[in-house]
Amino acid sequence: MKPIWYFVGLILTIMGGIILLSGLYNLIQPSVSKVVLSEKHPDIWWGALMVIVGIIYIIRNRKITIQ
Amino acid sequence: MPANTIGLTFVDWLIIAIYFIFVIGIGFYLKKFTKNENDFFLAGRRNSAWVAGLAFLSANLGALELMGMTGNTFKYGMYVAHFYWIGAIPAMLFLGIYMMPFYYSSKIKSVPGYLKLRFDEKTRVLNGFAFAIMTLLVSGINLYAMALVLHTFLGWNWDISMWMAAVTVAVYVTLSGLLSAIFTEIIQFFLIWFGLFLVSILGIVEIGSINQIFARIPETFNHLWSNSADPSANGMMISWGGIVLGLGFVLSFGYWTTDFLVVQRTFSAKDLRTARMTPILASFFKMMVPFIVILAGLIAIVLANDPNSGFNLLKDGGQINYDSALPLLIARYYPTGLIGLGVTALLAGFMAGQAGNISAFNTVWTYDIYKSVLNKNASDTHLMWMGRVATIAGVAISLVTAYWAKNFPSIMDYMQAIFSWVNAPLFATMLLGMFVVWITPNGAFWGLIAGIGSSFTLYLAVKFSWFNQSIITMSATSSDMAANFWRAWWAWLICFAVTIIVSLFTKKKSKDELVGLVKGLTEETATKNISVYKKPEFYAIISLIVLIILNLIYW
Repeated sequence: MKPIWYFVGLILTIMGGIILLSGLYNLIQPSVSKVVLSEKHPDIWWGALMVIVGIIYIIRNRKITIQ
Repeated sequence: MPANTIGLTFVDWLIIAIYFIFVIGIGFYLKKFTKNENDFFLAGRRNSAWVAGLAFLSANLGALELMGMTGNTFKYGMYVAHFYWIGAIPAMLFLGIYMMPFYYSSKIKSVPGYLKLRFDEKTRVLNGFAFAIMTLLVSGINLYAMALVLHTFLGWNWDISMWMAAVTVAVYVTLSGLLSAIFTEIIQFFLIWFGLFLVSILGIVEIGSINQIFARIPETFNHLWSNSADPSANGMMISWGGIVLGLGFVLSFGYWTTDFLVVQRTFSAKDLRTARMTPILASFFKMMVPFIVILAGLIAIVLANDPNSGFNLLKDGGQINYDSALPLLIARYYPTGLIGLGVTALLAGFMAGQAGNISAFNTVWTYDIYKSVLNKNASDTHLMWMGRVATIAGVAISLVTAYWAKNFPSIMDYMQAIFSWVNAPLFATMLLGMFVVWITPNGAFWGLIAGIGSSFTLYLAVKFSWFNQSIITMSATSSDMAANFWRAWWAWLICFAVTIIVSLFTKKKSKDELVGLVKGLTEETATKNISVYKKPEFYAIISLIVLIILNLIYW
């Protein structure tokens, strides 16, 4: 079976990607209801960080199969 | 619908949906690799220290760790960090260094299984029943906490929330047992860090710095030890003696070294050295958890004390709902998408706790109650079937206890009360059983009865005012939490004393029967021929040094 780290990479990449895209959309089309510190765009850089970590896990474990 | 209900957008719902699909999908994916009872109850006994270690920690990262501890920080201040540092690390290291050789080498499937080998069947069954009841109570708390999040954030109906969460856990644990529980616990570990650590980062950004946070909370709330001589001088109203004896020694060691919920993860390790490394590795991550929950609690205090922040905890019937602190901080800082991740992280924490409790319960029920008492000749295939039935039944009973837990104002106080009934006396039994050869089966049994009975009686005595709490805490000023710490200490002491006294007058087991189960009769070969840098003791010392540094920094 695939190691657990592969699945960790998958979910971080998928969720991070969605958050990153959502953040970019909010940058282009700012929402009317703003949260505190929304001007720092945490969704963009936090989503990007999740994608980077996720891709690292996927690449490192994509060829590994454990018994 | 509550006034603080937060509207989720499509993106938030999508992230929550992906999480549920993912964990259930993992259950189905792993089912084809769950071929025998060893896979179902012990995850095949093939895990690395990283996998077992993160699962060991994640099983504990339930409602207690997240909302409960953030809420308690709001209530008691920095003292809550004791639960993560002195109240966890020494015990985790002790488990890895001293106790694991007896647990792992005896090839048992559960902690009560060790009691059967070291003592006898009746002690095993007594502990099996006590653990099963405790686990289902704690599992109910997880469900309650999860429903609270969904109710607070989404305005969902309590009943629907609890049933939805319970069914999800039931599906993936029933499909592949401990194997899927461990897989999803590790995914949950990452989601919790990515989903919640950002609250602390943004809180620091808003307030200015960590120093600013400490400068703006009450003096009694921002130290670990320097105001512990006088109970009235700290938020938790407890002296250092209560922290060290009650939390640091009895409750902590009782939980981390004997509670099968966490210890079960070490049994899934591939060999003895890996099993010993499991809690030691987990100790480093455990020390980091306060940077999510304690920091968030302190940020909540600062914001709540600032009238311009617009931040206030929820109130239920005039009483402050401390457990709402973390969800409200998520609502304050997280925009669309991230709020879905924040809610998912909380759900993940609850799911981890829930799945951990249920997978531990199904093992103890199957081996220590069902096979031990009801069906001694059950085949391996039948036991795996029974494990699946126990999973579904355990979830159903958890639902009942969840409705009961809903009536308690603070989650954490309730948890500690339960641990002091079961784990505190069990630690005395284990300690004596593993390190003293002449402790007898009858000594262990009657010691456990006395310990559990006295702890429960002390709880009832204070609750129904049979006598004053100050008799237990030895202080005119004390909190419920302080009473829990001291009650655990007394229960441990009573169990310890009764076990020794009864052992002096009852029949001992022969030394031949105790080989591999007791210190002095067990050959230590696991780490004899490996380099210093690979020895568990080396990493345990580093962990201990980090612990001391953290305590000195926040003294």
